[in-house]
Amino acid sequence: MMAMRSTLGRSATVALRAPWALNFAAALLIWGLTLIASGGRGGAETLTVALAFSVFTVLAGTGQMFVIAAGPGNIDLSIPAVMTLAAYLSMGVMDGDAALLPLGLAIALGTGALAGIGNIILIRALKIPPIIATLALSFMLQSLANNAGGEATIKPPQLLADFTILKLGGVQILLVLVLVLSALVQVVIARSVFGRYLLAVGQNDRAAALTGIPVWRIRLGCYCLCGAMAGLTGFLLAGFSGGAMLNMGGTYLMESVAVVVLGGTAVAGGRANAIGIWGAALFFNLLTTMINAFHLAEGWRFICTGAVILFVISLNPEERS
Amino acid sequence: MADTGALRLAGTGLQSVLRSGLPYLALAVMLAVIFALQPNILSYFGLNLLLKLSIPLILAACAQMLVIALGDIDLSIGSFVGLVNCVVAVFFADHLALGLLILAAAVIGYAIMGAVIHLRRLSSIMVTLGMSFVWFGVALLILPNPGGMAPDWLANLARLQSPLMPLPLWLAIAIAVIGHFALMRSSFGVILRGAGGNPRAIARAGWSILKARLVIYTAAGILGVLSGLVLTAITTSGDPNVAPTYTLVSIAAVILGGGAFVGGIMSPVGTVAGAITLALAGSMLSFLNVPPVWQIGAQGCILVAVLAGRALVGADAK
Repeated sequence: MMAMRSTLGRSATVALRAPWALNFAAALLIWGLTLIASGGRGGAETLTVALAFSVFTVLAGTGQMFVIAAGPGNIDLSIPAVMTLAAYLSMGVMDGDAALLPLGLAIALGTGALAGIGNIILIRALKIPPIIATLALSFMLQSLANNAGGEATIKPPQLLADFTILKLGGVQILLVLVLVLSALVQVVIARSVFGRYLLAVGQNDRAAALTGIPVWRIRLGCYCLCGAMAGLTGFLLAGFSGGAMLNMGGTYLMESVAVVVLGGTAVAGGRANAIGIWGAALFFNLLTTMINAFHLAEGWRFICTGAVILFVISLNPEERS
Repeated sequence: MADTGALRLAGTGLQSVLRSGLPYLALAVMLAVIFALQPNILSYFGLNLLLKLSIPLILAACAQMLVIALGDIDLSIGSFVGLVNCVVAVFFADHLALGLLILAAAVIGYAIMGAVIHLRRLSSIMVTLGMSFVWFGVALLILPNPGGMAPDWLANLARLQSPLMPLPLWLAIAIAVIGHFALMRSSFGVILRGAGGNPRAIARAGWSILKARLVIYTAAGILGVLSGLVLTAITTSGDPNVAPTYTLVSIAAVILGGGAFVGGIMSPVGTVAGAITLALAGSMLSFLNVPPVWQIGAQGCILVAVLAGRALVGADAK
């Protein structure tokens, strides 16, 4: 009894100190509700499907996290356009040939990194606020994607499609890889020079510059990483969903921002959390499966998403910048 | 020393003229290109057709301008306009009172959004992002698939033949003039702008920042409702997905028009010009025979070009 109470007390303290942990609880709650709705059947399948889709949400979100952590006003709205363009270019070059997979991957990552450089040029040289700069660049990239593929769907090499759903001992390999990546990113943020510089820039760029931190090089790194992650997401998603398609990135525009902030990264920058993104991503994807399991109207999914965003951020007030 | 000081002053004077003049210059160039390519547009009917769809965007951009002047950003205006569009198309023909009630509740929702942002010291980006999902979800519940029908009286309003100039032109001018006098020439406007530019000073002077925020978010909600009403009058049907682009394009229009994210800086007339510029960019490009696949990219280029012009004259957009 005593032990149980202290555990409860401890979880409550954890929840208060780290509201992002609530996402995992919310995800669990939704999974439980879905299980009840289905009479206890298909619980593992539901979770597997939600995890498989979460991989892409997390990848795109991790890129967005680097940018948002870089300080007030930093946001990357070009993620969906980069995803689509990277997918079209890489699938187009490979044209179904598995031997060209390394080249395709390099093109996807390179497209994203170049987009990051483009964003920084607009932001630094032309002094355009990031929200407008990345939006303008995403318009241009969208046009390029329209030209690269148009209305057609470009199929991935079979090997890539197989890899995205490959399982060893019932566990999706891609899922494990992205989990490892999240852990690595967390270590980079907490322990590497780049990570410490990034948080310093996010907290106060002027102070960071005065201590000799190359502020713009750090920001360039963030936008390039974000672009490269978006390129990788587009590359893998094209393999997973049967090819490069227009609008394949659309839902990631606002969702990438939402999962990052729900995951415990400060909107105003200076604090980043890569692991927390998983809780928010799982929550969003389990919510979709639950709405389907309950045969609820599509509208409820968005209302619940909005309600959770409002609830979680209201637990975690921060100073307006 | 005094010389350089005077020089700098003259420089900033020129800068501010160039800065405030840029949105109108961009709009004038765009209109000149359109009229040169299609002289037929310079008629009552042609102008009506050309400007019609920019009115709802102008109204949404004005809502955005108010919020940005506070130092906040509204990521929900696009889905809010979509919700209004669905409510009008579904309820206005047969259940006008119910429709009006829902719209009133939605405006109150907007005011509460502003109050919560203020009282809980939350990030406006995240609160409005959350609410954008809520507005969109409610719109989907009301109208899961595009449909519904605008009442005849509303659709007829859009077809009204105004004297001298087509209705959209009258409306654009009216919005710019009302906005200018209400915000730039009144003591009330000074307090609202001060609440964004220097909230501490306004609070010390005895004004309530909470009240200012409530007033601004209520006004933004009302402008959003007007935007949705005009949009429905033009399209005559409902679609939850009708205006998601308004969110980001309205922000772009405000910045294009001379506004800034730091708070307290806005230009109602500039915002109207910025919104028309962005709304007409598509038309100009199709008159220039730019293939459709390049049009959205060219819109991005226009946005960059105008803002780059501002950076060149030395007034940054931050």
